[in-house]
Amino acid sequence: MSPGSPALHGPAAGPDAKATAVGTAQVEIREVSKSFGGVQAVSGVSFDVAKGEIVSVIGPNGAGKTTLLNCISGVFHPERGRIVLEGEDVTHLRPPQIAARGVARTFQNIALFRGMTVIDNLMLGRHLHMRNGVLRSMLYWGAGQREEVAHRKVVEDIVDFLEIEAIRKRPVGSLPYGLQKRVELGRALALHPKVLLLDEPMGGMNIEEKEDMARFILDVSDEWGTTIILIEHDMGVVMDISRRVVVLDLGQKIAEGTPTEVKANPLVVKAYLGTKAT
Amino acid sequence: MINRECGVYQTTYEGDMALYPAPLARHASLGAVVVLVLLPLILDSHAMALVNLITLAAIGAIGLNILVGYTGQVSLGQGAFMMVGSYTAALVTLRLDMPFWVGLPAGGAVAALVGTFFGIPSLRIKGLYLAIATLAAQFIIEWTINHSTWISGGVQSTIYVPTPSFFGLEINSEHRRYYMVLPVAFIAYVAALNLVRSRVGRAFIAVRDRDVAAEIIGVDIFRYKLLAFAVSSFYAGVAGALWTYYLKIANYEHFTLTTSVSYLAMIIIGGLGSVLGSVFGAIFITLLPIALVYVVEGGAALLGFKYAAIADLLANLRLIVFGGLIILFLAIEPEGLYRMWGNVRRYFRLWPYSY
Ligand SMILES: Nc1ncnc2c1ncn2[C@@H]1O[C@H](COP(=O)(O)OP(=O)(O)O)[C@@H](O)[C@H]1O
Ligand SMILES: [Mg+2]
Repeated sequence: MSPGSPALHGPAAGPDAKATAVGTAQVEIREVSKSFGGVQAVSGVSFDVAKGEIVSVIGPNGAGKTTLLNCISGVFHPERGRIVLEGEDVTHLRPPQIAARGVARTFQNIALFRGMTVIDNLMLGRHLHMRNGVLRSMLYWGAGQREEVAHRKVVEDIVDFLEIEAIRKRPVGSLPYGLQKRVELGRALALHPKVLLLDEPMGGMNIEEKEDMARFILDVSDEWGTTIILIEHDMGVVMDISRRVVVLDLGQKIAEGTPTEVKANPLVVKAYLGTKAT
Repeated sequence: MINRECGVYQTTYEGDMALYPAPLARHASLGAVVVLVLLPLILDSHAMALVNLITLAAIGAIGLNILVGYTGQVSLGQGAFMMVGSYTAALVTLRLDMPFWVGLPAGGAVAALVGTFFGIPSLRIKGLYLAIATLAAQFIIEWTINHSTWISGGVQSTIYVPTPSFFGLEINSEHRRYYMVLPVAFIAYVAALNLVRSRVGRAFIAVRDRDVAAEIIGVDIFRYKLLAFAVSSFYAGVAGALWTYYLKIANYEHFTLTTSVSYLAMIIIGGLGSVLGSVFGAIFITLLPIALVYVVEGGAALLGFKYAAIADLLANLRLIVFGGLIILFLAIEPEGLYRMWGNVRRYFRLWPYSY
């Protein structure tokens, strides 16, 4: 994909968007707390993410990383605290409403539609950008057909970008794990998101697959200026792709800073050593 | 229908996204349409009556499959939604003096409204609980229609409608009725195929497969569940309305719980999540009781019983066989007859270079 590819330009993706916007907080997480029964999964976590930035969230298993992403994308609503997106309080919105505001995500345990083809999964990612209702869908002619074809072209650009041409018509369930992760990124990208939430996108991958995924994430950031919040275990990967890291442990934020600062932080060392560092 | 991809390459997305991308499939489908249109030339009116029953059933089955097979919402109320369409059509024709082609969409529209209303519980409950809620809908609708004289007034909730006509041509034979039923079924079939391969259909499938993932990409599952109820009961309503014009009578006894169950049987046996499978199911379930009659009558004659003695057994046997087949298909071939057809088709798809 060339940087100028018009079909891939997301809502936030003008070539200048990134340069002018860096420094404005696009996502504000304010004192967010969420518990399940007696378990305090996230407690009083705050941080900001600037437009176009890649922020990594790290921490041992059970630290509350996934729960935090779930709060941002509306799957859970925090008991206390606020999530602010581009100045708008979105704490109590439902997932489709959050998605409509330009937030896309992937899941730790892959949540693709397994019986559908790669193309159809990505077309579902275009759902919000399409308008066809029941009648137009049934007619599949004229404007309705043109819309399907136009969005198919957008999807094919993403297929090319992620280098998954060869599997585009395969049912997702039949694909190896690493490719499924890539397809799920593709579905999220199909939304042309302003904010991309990635929950362990390289989990369970081999080195080569990890490198590919890291490259895709950096390309998305460079070319579209997409804001990315990334959960990752692998410190090496985190160092490579993000300049800022937030560390959670037992639901609390224990550190924040550049990867080097965070690595030197005794609290972080202790949290990781305490649970056997990954 | 028949899809041979050997040596076929698509050069445009329009071509690649066509309903039947392979030329042979296009020709086969066209051939099927021609055969269907010319069917009355070869069949007598007894056989045409069967074809009509199948065609009518196919419309309702396709509608139910959109809800159950594609969207994953169970419904035991299809019979009741057909009943709504049936009485609506009768009233529109009798009170407003409208032709059948106005009564059909009217029946569909009113059924869609009622169906959407009774689909509201699906926003909170799923599976067995939803089945029970739609079962309640079946009884509530049946009772309401039966007990409001404004709707079903007359003897035994039966409304007679005059022979329908199309621009002066009386639709008074099985052959003519076929040409009233077939175009509606054809539109219903193609519309469903288009629906399930485009935006709304993908959203339906997303709701069925993984509702959290569906919401995350912006599919409002509430909206699409209700939409599925609306579309499905619109189909049911049109089928019920056609039934009224076909029999020239609206009567609730045609649309009881047994009807709902047999439509479920059609889509389970035909194939959940397959439009063509719905048609297979309609053929199978319509012909099954007739085949049963032959078998049981033949057996009874051999053993020297009188027909009256076995009539009761026959009625129950039908339900038992339905039930048995539903369980059998759910256990052995959940994708139904369509899957079996698919296996045959797959074999020939790349033929003669299957390997
Ligand atoms: N849906 C849920 N129901 C109950 N407990 C949960 C749920 N989701 C997460 N938790 C709990 O919250 C804590 C944080 O989990 P999670 O956010 O998944 O951690 P991480 O992603 O950092 O590994 C864990 O103790 C986990 O058991
Ligand atoms: Mg997690």
